[in-house]
Amino acid sequence: MAGVILEVTDLYKSFGGVAATDHVSLDVREGEVHAIIGPNGAGKTTLISQLSGSLRPDGGRVVFRGTDITRMPPHKRALGGLARSFQITSIVHEMTIRDNVALSVQAHAGHSYRFWGNARKAKKLTEPAMEALAQVGLAEKAGELARNVSHGEHRQLEIAMALAANPTLLLLDEPMAGMGPEESVRMVEILSGLKGSKSMLLIEHDMDAVFSLADRITVLVYGKVIATGTPDEIRANDDVRKAYLGDEDG
Amino acid sequence: MDWTLLTTQVINGLQFGVLLFLLAAGLTLIFGIMDFVNLAHGSLYMVGAYFCATLTYWTGSFILAVLLAIPATAAVGFVVEIVVVRQLYRRDHLDHVLATFGLILVFNSVTQLIWGPDGFIVPLPKWLQGRIPLFDGIELPTYRVAIILVGLAIAAGLYLVVTHTRLGMRIRAGASNRDMIGALGVDINLLFTLVFAIGAALAGIAGMMIAPINAASIGMGDGQVIVAFVVIVIGGIGSIRGAFVAAILVGLIDTMGRSYLDSLFKLVMSSQNAETSAPAVANMLIYIIMVAILAIRPQGLFPPKGR
Amino acid sequence: MNLVSLSAPRFWVYLALLVLFALVPPITQWIDNSYYLDIANRLVVLAIAAVSLNLILGYGGMISFGHAAYIGIGAYAVGIPAHYDIDNGFLQFAIAIGASAAFALVSGMICLRTRGVNFIMITMAVSMMVFYGFVSIEEYGGDDGLTIYYRSNFGSLIDLSDDVTLYYLCLASLVVAVFIVYRIINSRFGMVIQGAKGNEARMQSLGFNTYRYKLACYVISASMCGFAGALMGNDTGFISPEMMDWTRSGELIFMVVFGGTGSLGGPVLGAGAFLLLEPVLEGLLNAIKEGAEVYWHIPFGIILICAVLFLRGGLDGLLDWRRKR
Repeated sequence: MAGVILEVTDLYKSFGGVAATDHVSLDVREGEVHAIIGPNGAGKTTLISQLSGSLRPDGGRVVFRGTDITRMPPHKRALGGLARSFQITSIVHEMTIRDNVALSVQAHAGHSYRFWGNARKAKKLTEPAMEALAQVGLAEKAGELARNVSHGEHRQLEIAMALAANPTLLLLDEPMAGMGPEESVRMVEILSGLKGSKSMLLIEHDMDAVFSLADRITVLVYGKVIATGTPDEIRANDDVRKAYLGDEDG
Repeated sequence: MDWTLLTTQVINGLQFGVLLFLLAAGLTLIFGIMDFVNLAHGSLYMVGAYFCATLTYWTGSFILAVLLAIPATAAVGFVVEIVVVRQLYRRDHLDHVLATFGLILVFNSVTQLIWGPDGFIVPLPKWLQGRIPLFDGIELPTYRVAIILVGLAIAAGLYLVVTHTRLGMRIRAGASNRDMIGALGVDINLLFTLVFAIGAALAGIAGMMIAPINAASIGMGDGQVIVAFVVIVIGGIGSIRGAFVAAILVGLIDTMGRSYLDSLFKLVMSSQNAETSAPAVANMLIYIIMVAILAIRPQGLFPPKGR
Repeated sequence: MNLVSLSAPRFWVYLALLVLFALVPPITQWIDNSYYLDIANRLVVLAIAAVSLNLILGYGGMISFGHAAYIGIGAYAVGIPAHYDIDNGFLQFAIAIGASAAFALVSGMICLRTRGVNFIMITMAVSMMVFYGFVSIEEYGGDDGLTIYYRSNFGSLIDLSDDVTLYYLCLASLVVAVFIVYRIINSRFGMVIQGAKGNEARMQSLGFNTYRYKLACYVISASMCGFAGALMGNDTGFISPEMMDWTRSGELIFMVVFGGTGSLGGPVLGAGAFLLLEPVLEGLLNAIKEGAEVYWHIPFGIILICAVLFLRGGLDGLLDWRRKR
């Protein structure tokens, strides 16, 4: 079995007395796609935020590649090989698509206390950026201002930015949020292309996508893990059926 | 212990605090609900003072003048909101700063055009002049006590409106979460205009009340508005309770600081050093306090819930 | 706005302005009126300060309401040594830049831990403390200020006692300042700064310690402003705490925003507008009615308000009207 690269133990976070993350434990193995599903309000984004570092947990541990990152600031986690995409698109709207992705490359290309050379002409930055854009199918829009492209293209940009960091683990928060059917299909293609080469922790609502991509699924309800297992195991699990998939066929 | 000096300074501090509150209350609502940086708030303070001065001369009664000047100032605020401010809600804070800076210039200049460059002294009715004897030969200036009482009454009134009326509920909701009140079907435009006009009226009242002491003069509010911003940042943006506590605090500390700091310093350093550094530190006192409070509690003392 | 490449007609407008500025000394000599040289010199020095503020404000999104403090520090860096009869220009300017950088480092470490309106208020509070600090130092004139009798001495390198020479030094400094900002903005460092302005959380998520980069940017900007302050001290010959009052910081913000934030030439246009609109409007008002020029703030304020309402991108944005965007 492949090694474990992310280990979450007993993670706890509450807001004003309500536990958004209620003693969550899970792990991600190298090369796997581990999906997290759950009804709205289950605390999925809160969980991812604690993994990426934008939120501090109240208790518990997060260990990434053997290092305890529980209290590490977000930028250090990113430099350690963790990349995140956001559910609500979080990009720099005033810059071009290419600039956005190049920033992701730049973060991993040493320090940025370089004041003289033109960053937009630096091949070391633009070439990997264009590669990542090509991987998600956004290469032709590279020169467009980020604010001018469609929502679906924003979601693709989010993935490209995460990929450009050449990460060990991708944390993807609802990459298909707000996408239409064709765009979703294309996104699933992109993600399955990455399967095996990149480890992924994927939050998604789109059940078709989840069941076709995931190696393992964890079900989160009201901040608690109610089941973890292979797609088949989850489909057959009664608790999951009741709490989430309803009594119809999952 | 010089009780006369102490009582005088406490009264002065409370009076300053109460007037700061009137300025800050409007400012914190306007910033908290509309997210609008209104540098021109000091101009409304000035307008209130000038309206009151002129009306006092016309009607012969200070009280009547105040009662008439309040709606007049609110009306000016109303017009300003509709013509200028309303167009800027969606814009950057920087645009607010620039536009309201332009408003300050226009207000100051137009005031000068109408009233001339010299200030206006506002005469007080006999019964507000004079002093109230306390004990031990200590007397309190009647008018300053009146200001404090009126200010407290307005604070109480505002508190009642904000906590016990529909309008107040909408204001509180707006201060916590601006986007929601629109979604809840409240007429945003009307609410915003109302809040701005109320803020203008409050600022005007502050100006009117200080006018008999300091005279109505051009630009009288421009320095005060900065202190008001310090107050609302300390108190928590959007919170009237915060504005009240912070205003009284700032008023007292600033006034007492200026009187007592050099004595305090003389306890720990040489007389000469105390005399050079005390005035400088007294000036900086409210800023130092603001920085200290923001360091410990960046959202201010009483931020509205949800911020 | 990423309009960093100088493409026509913007480029030609700025080039023409540069030529005009370069010609001010011979023109003033020809008409024998030094007033225009004075104004031009003030304009150029204020423009350098505005350019420095634009770096953190326009490009970096850090709204500092205390930048005038660095003009003051730079000016006193010339004034205080001069008070002790030390007029070595190299020393004075080194102190101007060094003291500004050091002060910016310390105050930046405090201020940059806050954001939004707190940042604005703390930067203002810090500059007011510097202001009151200098007011209280009687030795250097306190409230009344300090007059200096000799300009900075650079030996045989350049003689600043000649007004025209000083002017060209200021003008050259402005060009260099704009060029430095141009390089910085387009560099990797500039990308981080602009990215942090657009979406700081995202930048941290990508792997940038944005606090450090913003601090570095703040220090650079302050040093440039301190340099401008040293030039101003030389130009006016009179240094007072009033140079660092919060209203001065407000004026700098005005220049940057009115000129067009996040544009290379905007701050220069803003400084020009700030200094030149007054005599222009006064002249116009006087022509309409004798004595009316006292109320020049009325059209000035209205122009300001209209600029905010209708001119997105400030004065520099006007230069885009000729081309279709």
